[in-house]
Amino acid sequence: MDLSFSKEDLNFRQEVVDFLDNNYPDDIRERQDKRLPLDKEQNIRWQKILSKQGWFAVNWPTEYSGGPELSITQKYILQNVLAEYNTPVQLPFGVGMCGPVIYTFGTDKQKEEHLPSILNSDVWWCQGYSEPGSGSDLASLKMRADKEGDSYVINGSKTWTTLAQHADWIFCLVRTETTPIKQEGISFLLIDMKSAGIEVKPIITVDGSHEVNMVFFDNVTVPCENLVGEEGQGWNIAKFLLAHERSGIAGISSLKRELSRLRELSASTVVDEGNLLEDASFRAKIEQTEIELTATEFTELRTLAAMSNGGSPGAESSILKIKGTELQQTISELFVEMLGYYAHPFFTENELGSNDSIGPEYAGPVMPLYLNRRKVSIYGGSNEIQRNVISKAILGL
Amino acid sequence: MDFTFNDEQTLIQGQVEQFIQRDYGWETRQSFISSDLGFGSDNWKTFAELGWLGISLSEDSGGFGGSAIDTMIVMEEFGKGLVLEPFLETVVLCAGLIDDAGSPEQKKDLLSEVVEGSMQLALAYAEPQSRFNLSDVMTEAKQDGDNFVLNGFKSVVMNGPNADQIIISTRTSGDQRDKQGISLFVVDSNSTGLSFRDYQTVDNRRASEITLESVIVPASALIGELNQGLQYLESSIDRAILAISAEAVGAMEVLYKTTVEYTKTREQFGTAIGKFQVLQHRMVDMFMEYEQCKSLLYMATMKHDESSPDARKSISGLKYQVGNASKFIGQQAVQLHGGMGVTDELNVGHYFKRLTTIGTIFGNSDHHLKQYTAL
Repeated sequence: MDLSFSKEDLNFRQEVVDFLDNNYPDDIRERQDKRLPLDKEQNIRWQKILSKQGWFAVNWPTEYSGGPELSITQKYILQNVLAEYNTPVQLPFGVGMCGPVIYTFGTDKQKEEHLPSILNSDVWWCQGYSEPGSGSDLASLKMRADKEGDSYVINGSKTWTTLAQHADWIFCLVRTETTPIKQEGISFLLIDMKSAGIEVKPIITVDGSHEVNMVFFDNVTVPCENLVGEEGQGWNIAKFLLAHERSGIAGISSLKRELSRLRELSASTVVDEGNLLEDASFRAKIEQTEIELTATEFTELRTLAAMSNGGSPGAESSILKIKGTELQQTISELFVEMLGYYAHPFFTENELGSNDSIGPEYAGPVMPLYLNRRKVSIYGGSNEIQRNVISKAILGL
Repeated sequence: MDFTFNDEQTLIQGQVEQFIQRDYGWETRQSFISSDLGFGSDNWKTFAELGWLGISLSEDSGGFGGSAIDTMIVMEEFGKGLVLEPFLETVVLCAGLIDDAGSPEQKKDLLSEVVEGSMQLALAYAEPQSRFNLSDVMTEAKQDGDNFVLNGFKSVVMNGPNADQIIISTRTSGDQRDKQGISLFVVDSNSTGLSFRDYQTVDNRRASEITLESVIVPASALIGELNQGLQYLESSIDRAILAISAEAVGAMEVLYKTTVEYTKTREQFGTAIGKFQVLQHRMVDMFMEYEQCKSLLYMATMKHDESSPDARKSISGLKYQVGNASKFIGQQAVQLHGGMGVTDELNVGHYFKRLTTIGTIFGNSDHHLKQYTAL
């Protein structure tokens, strides 16, 4: 066992630092530092910059990514430096989710068609999983795909579809058969969002933002060749994907940056003769959070190490999902607490960019983020469901 | 010992409850949010007609001589309806303060209009550096002949945009955080030198940042004794903590009940999710937190009305508990509603947001735990 970085690792770190110093665009940096959402073009541009360097699809096998093979330590370093520079969080739907499904389960034709465009961020993917009646109980999903000749005809609806308003394609779990065991009739289908019969309706959330959507499918025709894996194999693919999704949800490196920012800002928050960081009860919360965050970071590193030795992220990824999302919520809550009354003035994300902030300069996005992060213990399988997974799969209860 | 409301109080509770059910439907409420005023002007008239605006004011001031218990009854029902009308700001914080410390002229001029429903008030006590310390005051008032000249800045003034008159805490002597040397003035919001930056708060109410540049007020605008303003401020905010805690208790009741109902109807895995023990226990905890707050609310309100020596300590204990419970119940109500809980469409998120601000207003749980320890 060894925690230290090798000389090569330190060189790699310097390489990332130099790269970011020269390639992180000012306009994106500015939006990020002000905690304002990026537009579609900015997201894509940034992903292309990383992709060109081979640091976009770092978890893909090199035969598909075409990039350099990074060790776990190097991936860790890369993630941390990207977070230190406050670069945009990678949108997972293409590179983190659909890509791995296609190179693991897809046909050669699907690989040729989709992997390059995911790598190059030319196609924006979204995820069609949840339905109005199927949240935690995802396998009860009802959206039908009926075979007619060489096509499936799709009818039904998907909900909580993140950024579907920007998406070119959607990967969906659909019901191709009604079976006694509900998991066995589910298939995994790739659908072009330009297909006739698809309608996207926004859902506005408590923070006033438009991030998620309902997507309606009315007799949408999809070629059978867009089926990934076998008919009825969709649930296995979904489980594979959810494990991938959960291990990425934690976002530890970004949280480290957020926590150090919280520490910094609390030291400049005046309380009577002193500052908030000197306030024993607030300080205790920061330190407790840091300890929990460090534990989660090393739990993630142990999971990654096991994966690189040929393991796959199993139920352990549920630990990361629970702990990572709890930390995201705690930290956003501490920012609200730090601001006191100045957490209350409220502007939606569209108004934030064009308004001077009320109170401290950083105040504007703090409350919206706190509200927005209530979702993280709900999505990707609620934290209650994750605990069920752990109790069943690990504890054998 | 008696925990029951008297006939008159039961009557008021029934009146407010009926108003919420009949005139304060969700759609109607949501339409107020985007209106210029931010609440229903007809509702305010109704409040006046039903006598609620004078409920806690002394009879000398044209009120009905009620107590903090009466205010509590009204506010708890308001909490259930998530009422936007600035009763807390105008009636509890400001009218109460004038009733308590104002001159006969101030009472006559201002309170009769409050009771009639033709006057809105706001209390400007916080400053950017003051956090929850009421005696941290940098806004200055300097005597100049028969007048005072005010300069400074007040932050997050609730109901600022609609207030006709603002009560402003200023420093008239001593250092920035001295308990002595604070004076309160009631200032016309149209005064020269007073400028407002108005905005909406996260709970869909209205507030202002207020800048004072050489605002001239007559000596008659001083409330109570010169340099003695902190005690009036503290008394007013104690009453307001009781009131806002009652509002919180009302909102908590709605949230725990709504959550229980939702989990009885929402089916996953072939059964109502309310059948899952982990969620049952969570809702039991929500319910218990609500009950505990209600107990402290009753206790602290009665101690206040009886001028018990530990009334202020009880009020801090209450606010501590309300802050924690508001967070827990609000967050869990959202969690148990799943994705629906985070939508703007469902009322749950709006109750959650109001409970979030209540946790901070007049001092968060950390602050009141310290107060409790010190008292």
